[in-house]
Amino acid sequence: MTQPFRIENGGLINRDKKLSFKFNGKTYFGYEGDTLASALLANGVHLVGRSFKYHRPRGFFGAGVDEPYAVVQLYRNGETEPNIKATEQELFEGLEAKSVNCWPSVNFDIGAINNFLKIFLPAGFYYKTFMWPKSFWYRIYEPFIRKAAGLGVASTKHDKERYEHKYEYCDLLIAGSGPSGLAGAYAAAKNGAKVILAEDKPRFGGSLLTSDVNIGNQSGKDWSEGIIAELKTMPNVVVKNRSQIFGYYDHNMLVMSEKVSDHLPSTKKYHPNKRLWYIRAKEVLISSGSIERPIVFGNNDTPGVMLSSAAKEYLKVYGVLVGRKPLVFTNNDSGYETAIEFKKHGVDPVVLDSRKNPESEIIDEAKNLGINIKNSYVVVAAQGYKKVKSADIASISEDKKHLGKIENIQCDCICVSGFWTPTIHLASQSGNKTKFKEEIDAFVPGQSKQNEITLGAANGVFSLDETLKTSFTAGSELSKKITENDNNIAIPNVVEKKSSQHDKFWCVPLPKGKNYKRFLDFQNDVAVSDVEIALREGYRSIEHVKRYTTLGMATDQGKTSNLNGLQLVSEIENKVVPAVGHTTFRPPYTPVSIGAIVGREVGKHSKPTRKSPMHSWHDKNNAVFVDAGVWLRPRYYKRGNENLFEASKREAKNVRINVGVCDVTTLGKIDIKGPDAAELLNRVYTNAWLKLPVGKARYGVMLREDGIVMDDGTTTRISENHYHMTTTTAQAANVLSHLEYYLQLVWPELNVNVVSTTEQWAGAAIAGPKSRDLLQKLFPNSDVSNEGLPFMGYIEGDLFGVKARIFRISFSGELAYEVNVESDYGNFMWERIIEVGEEFKIQPYGTEALSTLRIEMGHVAGSELDGRTIPFDNALEGLVSKKKDFIGKRSLQRSAFLAEDRQRIVGVVPLDKQTSIPEGSHLVKDDKAPLPNPKLGHISASCWSVEYDNPFSLAILKDGKNMIGQKLFAMSPLKNKVIPVEIVSSHYVDPKGERVRS
Amino acid sequence: MLYINCPHCGMRSQNEFSYGGDASVKRPELNKEVSDQEWDNFVYNRKSLRGKHLELWQHISGCRQWIKVERDTATHEIFRTYKADEEVA
Ligand SMILES: [Zn+2]
Repeated sequence: MTQPFRIENGGLINRDKKLSFKFNGKTYFGYEGDTLASALLANGVHLVGRSFKYHRPRGFFGAGVDEPYAVVQLYRNGETEPNIKATEQELFEGLEAKSVNCWPSVNFDIGAINNFLKIFLPAGFYYKTFMWPKSFWYRIYEPFIRKAAGLGVASTKHDKERYEHKYEYCDLLIAGSGPSGLAGAYAAAKNGAKVILAEDKPRFGGSLLTSDVNIGNQSGKDWSEGIIAELKTMPNVVVKNRSQIFGYYDHNMLVMSEKVSDHLPSTKKYHPNKRLWYIRAKEVLISSGSIERPIVFGNNDTPGVMLSSAAKEYLKVYGVLVGRKPLVFTNNDSGYETAIEFKKHGVDPVVLDSRKNPESEIIDEAKNLGINIKNSYVVVAAQGYKKVKSADIASISEDKKHLGKIENIQCDCICVSGFWTPTIHLASQSGNKTKFKEEIDAFVPGQSKQNEITLGAANGVFSLDETLKTSFTAGSELSKKITENDNNIAIPNVVEKKSSQHDKFWCVPLPKGKNYKRFLDFQNDVAVSDVEIALREGYRSIEHVKRYTTLGMATDQGKTSNLNGLQLVSEIENKVVPAVGHTTFRPPYTPVSIGAIVGREVGKHSKPTRKSPMHSWHDKNNAVFVDAGVWLRPRYYKRGNENLFEASKREAKNVRINVGVCDVTTLGKIDIKGPDAAELLNRVYTNAWLKLPVGKARYGVMLREDGIVMDDGTTTRISENHYHMTTTTAQAANVLSHLEYYLQLVWPELNVNVVSTTEQWAGAAIAGPKSRDLLQKLFPNSDVSNEGLPFMGYIEGDLFGVKARIFRISFSGELAYEVNVESDYGNFMWERIIEVGEEFKIQPYGTEALSTLRIEMGHVAGSELDGRTIPFDNALEGLVSKKKDFIGKRSLQRSAFLAEDRQRIVGVVPLDKQTSIPEGSHLVKDDKAPLPNPKLGHISASCWSVEYDNPFSLAILKDGKNMIGQKLFAMSPLKNKVIPVEIVSSHYVDPKGERVRS
Repeated sequence: MLYINCPHCGMRSQNEFSYGGDASVKRPELNKEVSDQEWDNFVYNRKSLRGKHLELWQHISGCRQWIKVERDTATHEIFRTYKADEEVA
């Protein structure tokens, strides 16, 4: 199959490698080195989509990152990705793409009746039309907008691709490999600086790939290739193509997205799809170049209307003619360069120049080639629906207000050049105070805030000679500061054609009686008339105009539209452009895949997984695991066909009758040492700690300074100046920071050290009436009798040759112990306990049974210590010392905390003794009361009491102290349940606590 | 992402630190009568100021030391960092 618009020779594509691809189901051919856009244009395909609002036909407008139209849905290797710019997507064998925004097809689009029926959706239409009636929103407006709008469909499948993050540090980061970037990188690299040079396109060289210049007796392109080749050999230089620096953040942190695999049919094994680089640079050189801006005229969105620089790039880089009867419409010399390229390839362009008598070397060359040039002429409107067929043109008066007689000339494309807009996004993101440069009608970077400098076209300098001189110098100077090397580099000679002054003309007036749409923002369909409406309706700030009209808010972020929008506002408001100011540039400069931002932190890798040393035993013994913070803990051990409920009931019951063992390694452990350790504990906990003897443990509660309970746990005095603190699993890290805060900042005079030992100790809780018998067998040489090891006692023992710590503490409310050994012996300890425990009918129990046991005992845990409760609320006021001061004590005197009817923990039992109460249910007095039904409290934790064989819950209830015996309702609108309940004591089982002391 | 000079470890990225609030707040001494107003000022009331601010950070994924950072809340400029026990100039 031929490619009718591909020229015989030329371009930088590899004509030896033909590639087939599909667009909207049809097969085409292109070459290696093509973009999807260049390959489609080579095949004469100009219609690629429909516009966002009016569904007007859309073609190609640019050739790169600035493209507003050609956004496609890409299919690659069984995956699909929306929002892909055809001008950036490199062609690969088997590529498939589809148009977006059109239904049922790009050629016949239902939404386009919006356009034909003149139901034009003016500025602010979202705010006006869809506000009323409210009930219409979900049923009518939203489905309509969703169907008719949108730029593609996100895949709902799991993304198989891998994305990586990389952190890098460098002396000089250079954004863009055009002439200034290459010169700066080369000079800095020669001084030994660590340089990263980033180029978003596949090819290095920027404008040198398409401009007709000479550097040091070589073509610009050859010179750039030489520089890149040399840079690549230098160990202090990283050169990256397909890499877009999209964000400039604080303290010279820049983020770059490297497309590692998007140009390949599928990602290579062990390669990521994209790599996100976080780069901390000492200095940043922004050489991001400039983007040609359009001139606004009637129907300027018709396919075939495109930037003149894009037409030149398609020709010079890809060997593709965007048309055979081109019309070039320009207000500066750039249009002539494009016209000359057409002429060189045997195509006769017509040039319309809005200027009266421009003179320059480039124009002379065009004249010498015999190109048809019309001065003081403009395009009034493009004609043709799905493709430009002709253009209405006219002469224009010197004041640019009056058009001459309209003539129609045949053409198949209109190449527009309205001069150049420096790409200042990165500089602006860094906090640079940009300034308006009159000579070029555009903003350029001004006062830097961070270590950043912008050079070349991005700084509004369009002379190659000046660009190279300033960039070589900047590269040398910046690197000299860092490396203290000063290798002088000879700046090469430059041959370039001088250009003449551009015309400050950007918008063609409407001819009398015509009402052509003149578009400013091509992606969001914002026309001149929309901005006029916004201003008429009183919007003045450019930020408001932007949001009301959506000008510049599409995925291209107005790269081609911002400045013309400002020109319009300044004209209507009769202000100069700098007084209007520009809207804030925010990262990302180009859309970035969510996958790249997330990186490897997906699925199981979204957070670290911590496993106890006994994990493999649990795994082998049918444990069903549950996430407990970052830990994986056994929830229950499944036997046969048991479900969670049955298994946890069995496990809990076995603890009450025989003995169970639970992995409690996850509890936070903090080692506290020093002569002032007791004093620290005394200040941190609410109860008294100064008189705790060696070999004894104590339960403690710690508060935040605002009086809210922060955590609870036991701390044991191991020796004179050595304590072992335990925290809840969830609060372990916070408690350590909390202790460090007070030791380092508030009471540095205390001689204490704290360190986390959570990972150093493996823990097993042995609980149940037979636990002492088991313990005695595990530690035959230790006295574990009630006298030898009383409740809250601590001894050290020998577990078959392994040193162990034995604490007599209980969370289950049964006679219980906790044995700790060094983590490496954790599994050994566990296996011995199971082995020796067999004769006592030991069973391992998981977190579900653990919860059951603590709930029916009325022991509080995270669901009660939820950051909203004080000691009283948890019936822990007995642990609050009246004598000594401690963290948060003063807050307990707040009147709300002392209120008579203060909330308090209670037990809750359903009247039918059958229905389990969903956690989170509200307790209310009257189940029939009108909503919102006044809430008296909430269910914090629920279980099936194995002691009484009925449901039991804990609740935090207003005036809980006086509510025992009351009948209330537990309501769960989420589960659609209303359960009559009775309030009972939170200590449902063994209220006197006799078992733990037995 | 800020680049913070830990006085113990050197330049480190912000994601190694956790923020600890206003460093100028002094905890009232233990066992001392404190008025409601004084206590409220200590626990709750903070100036949300624009400009130079002395604040606490903990080098949580590094040396675990609490440090003082003098930072401009509007521009993020960091003027100086101090060890916990260092006098602020
Ligand atoms: Zn540190």
